[in-house]
Amino acid sequence: MTTRPARRTDRRRRLTGPTAVSAAALLALSACSASSGTSGTDGAAAGSRSPSAPAGLSGTVTVFAAASLKESFTELGTRFEKAHPGTHVSLNFGGSDTLAAGITGGAPADVFAAASTRTMSVVTDQGDADGAPVTFARNQLEIATLPGNPDRITSLADLTRPGLKVVLCDASVPCGAAARKALDAGGVSLTPVSYEEDVKGALNKVVLKEADAALVYRTDVKAAGDKVAGVDFPEAARAVNDYPIVALKNGDNAAAARAFIDLVRSADGRKVLTDTGFRTP
Amino acid sequence: MTDATPAASAPAPRGARDDGLDAHLIVDRGSFRLDVPLTAAPGEVVALLGPNGAGKTTALRALAGLAPLSGGHLRLDGRELDRTPPESRPVGVVFQDYLLFPHLTALDNVAFGPRCRGAGRAEARTRAAAWLDRMGLAGHSGVKPRRLSGGQAQRVALARALATLPRLLLLDEPLAALDARTRLEVRAQLRRHLAEFEAVAVLVTHDPLDAMVLADRLVVVEHGRVVQEGTPSDIARHPRTDYIARLVGLNLYRGRAEGHTVRLDSGSEITTAEELSGPVFVAFPPGAVTLHRDRPTGSSARNLWHCAIEGLEIHGDQIRADLTGALPIAADLTTAAAAELDLHPGAPVWATVKATQTHAYPA
Amino acid sequence: MTPPRPTGTATVLPGGPRRGRPRTGVPLPLLLPALAGLAFLVLPLAALLVRAPWSSLPEQLTSPEVWQALRLSLVCATSATALSLVVGVPLAWLLARTDFPGRGLVRALVTLPLVLPPVVGGVALLLALGRNGIVGRWLDAWFGVTLPFTTAGVILAETFVAMPFLVITVEGTLRAADRRYEEAAQTLGASRFTAFRRVTLPLIAPGVAAGAVLAWARALGEFGATITFAGNFPGRTQTMPLAVYLALQNDPAAAIALSLVLLAVSVAVLAGLRDRWTNAS
Repeated sequence: MTTRPARRTDRRRRLTGPTAVSAAALLALSACSASSGTSGTDGAAAGSRSPSAPAGLSGTVTVFAAASLKESFTELGTRFEKAHPGTHVSLNFGGSDTLAAGITGGAPADVFAAASTRTMSVVTDQGDADGAPVTFARNQLEIATLPGNPDRITSLADLTRPGLKVVLCDASVPCGAAARKALDAGGVSLTPVSYEEDVKGALNKVVLKEADAALVYRTDVKAAGDKVAGVDFPEAARAVNDYPIVALKNGDNAAAARAFIDLVRSADGRKVLTDTGFRTP
Repeated sequence: MTDATPAASAPAPRGARDDGLDAHLIVDRGSFRLDVPLTAAPGEVVALLGPNGAGKTTALRALAGLAPLSGGHLRLDGRELDRTPPESRPVGVVFQDYLLFPHLTALDNVAFGPRCRGAGRAEARTRAAAWLDRMGLAGHSGVKPRRLSGGQAQRVALARALATLPRLLLLDEPLAALDARTRLEVRAQLRRHLAEFEAVAVLVTHDPLDAMVLADRLVVVEHGRVVQEGTPSDIARHPRTDYIARLVGLNLYRGRAEGHTVRLDSGSEITTAEELSGPVFVAFPPGAVTLHRDRPTGSSARNLWHCAIEGLEIHGDQIRADLTGALPIAADLTTAAAAELDLHPGAPVWATVKATQTHAYPA
Repeated sequence: MTPPRPTGTATVLPGGPRRGRPRTGVPLPLLLPALAGLAFLVLPLAALLVRAPWSSLPEQLTSPEVWQALRLSLVCATSATALSLVVGVPLAWLLARTDFPGRGLVRALVTLPLVLPPVVGGVALLLALGRNGIVGRWLDAWFGVTLPFTTAGVILAETFVAMPFLVITVEGTLRAADRRYEEAAQTLGASRFTAFRRVTLPLIAPGVAAGAVLAWARALGEFGATITFAGNFPGRTQTMPLAVYLALQNDPAAAIALSLVLLAVSVAVLAGLRDRWTNAS
């Protein structure tokens, strides 16, 4: 059982004070569509052009990725554009279910990276996947507590202490399902004050100090920087989330899609993912 | 035009009185300034008479407390009211379009004031019913205002204002919203109710007939100032401005008298019955004017002017001729006479007026 | 060219060939856009009906959770409307009847929640009234009151989003109303408050009712501010829109069923109220 403040990432360090709290909350609460390509990186991209880059990659590759992949995929998108000048990675982050619904509804995406195999199966069942999905990352739950863990929470059972406000994800979203599994595994009966609609909602309740603790993913704890402290617990291993990735038929840039998936699964890609709190297979 | 200019106001002497109204209303509103001294004894009905925009309604609002005074004073029965909010003034108002509350019945409209002044619901209604009864509206107490006729609404409005037992009753153009037929009848009723009213009543109107019939005293206001004040008959006989002269239907001139002759600034002369000296007004009614196509010979009239027809207007069975020339004159003649004289605009005519028909008085 | 006719209605459009009657009806340049607008508004609702899981509907609707959420929705929306009336009508009076420096700014501030994304409104409410908010911390310290995760929190979130509709409607009605009735009341001995209560309020009652219905409808559909400020807990803060949203994550059929219930209830209430005022006035 360890308690440690999650490491700050560079993104978060730029934000300080109360503004940072609200801005971070706002960012996290809206399903963001972000593009990593900026003209400012062109010079650097030209300088670091990889001689081994496959020729002929160009155009836009549209990636639909689970919200928890925001930090890692934004970084990977930038790397991809550097490695393949002339390409542009368009990233669309959101809840996996929402993204899956978009894809089955005909949204023009090249790559889908989901936060659970269940949501991925929504896409594969509809025959929208080009090939079989592969698991590229694993995420597991952690207890997010207030900075410095003032309530000295060290286990799942501690969360049932009276007076403690705990939020969980709703059972209909992956982090909620995982939380339910972990609580069942530990034999812990917990009544939260709220079942949040997604993991960022749960995390933000702790970031804003409205709740004392939340069950969220390690990656979220890491992304929140020093606004929350993470507490590992053994039952988390019983509810590991697999993150599958797949190329899509709807896309019009199959080559770039495959290259992007390759990057995600490469050593570099794994490094980026573990830096943001994921485990890799 | 006539030489008449608005005379300096000559208010009646007024000191601090401990009953009735003693006010000097000064209201500054941008470029407009109202400056009206106004006094009235209990039981007196005063009419503020003046053209539109003269400041009559502003004066009324200042009396009611709906417009703040910029200066002057306002005392009612010896009590200072300058700073008293409208709801605490013993003042009742009958508004021009009555402003009966559309969501309340006639009875509840009248009971509104007593209720606000502390009466219980039942007592207020009893009093309201008595007032409606006095107004001859006992059968209409449950009716909403939109189902009342104009005359009925006027009486409900009067009952509503009187039900608070005001020491000052204000009426803003009380008959203006009525058609001609109803007006005659309501005017007579209103006159009766005002005669019974024991406190001060001030009514505002631009209709000289309403003012003359209803009021004991007229205060004529033009451009925010009092131009003349007096009893209706006084004012009708001695108008001091064009406005009043037109209202009461007189030709009015201002000039300088020397004996029986009044010389106007234009150079024309009028011979009068009165013998005066110094600045005077001369007035004579349009009916006193006789018109001739040719210069009359053998007329006993002392005044003879050569004029031209400027315009003709039919008033009932009479024709009003506006003349220009030696002096502007309004003349009334029968349609038969007009036809005989073959009058048409531009036609030259001779006008005669007997000296005994004119009336001169010091300006 | 004949104007298109809405199918399934028995109305004969004016201007049709009806025994040589003069063409006094609705001009085509108004009629066509009007019908297009109507179709645009009705079509999604029709789709909801067409795709509704009619066979499983009875089963969906007998679940106690649905009725719990519906009851909570009605209670909260009605309470939020009542709260909006209590503070919103005086606020509208202040804006319409008094002149104070910065009134234009105040009016802009009042309408701000209309343009603010509700989720942002929810965050703002947390920052203000949350356990750690600038006012909320004192509520907690002095009275032991914390609003997030409570039904009161739902009511506040809904009030925040819905009240501007009421204020704007009532202010407009007040501006259109004849102020001289208030003056008449004053000359009869009514204080400004009595004049407002006994004369102005009855006169503007239709406008107040319209504003209240708008606010109620807005509160009933409120999602973003509610889930952000009050969280999501069945029976306490889970209103119908939250239940619909979460059902959408993994059971779209249930989501449609829930939506239909909400729709039916709101249509019934709105239609009922509308008839009452049109009959009254």
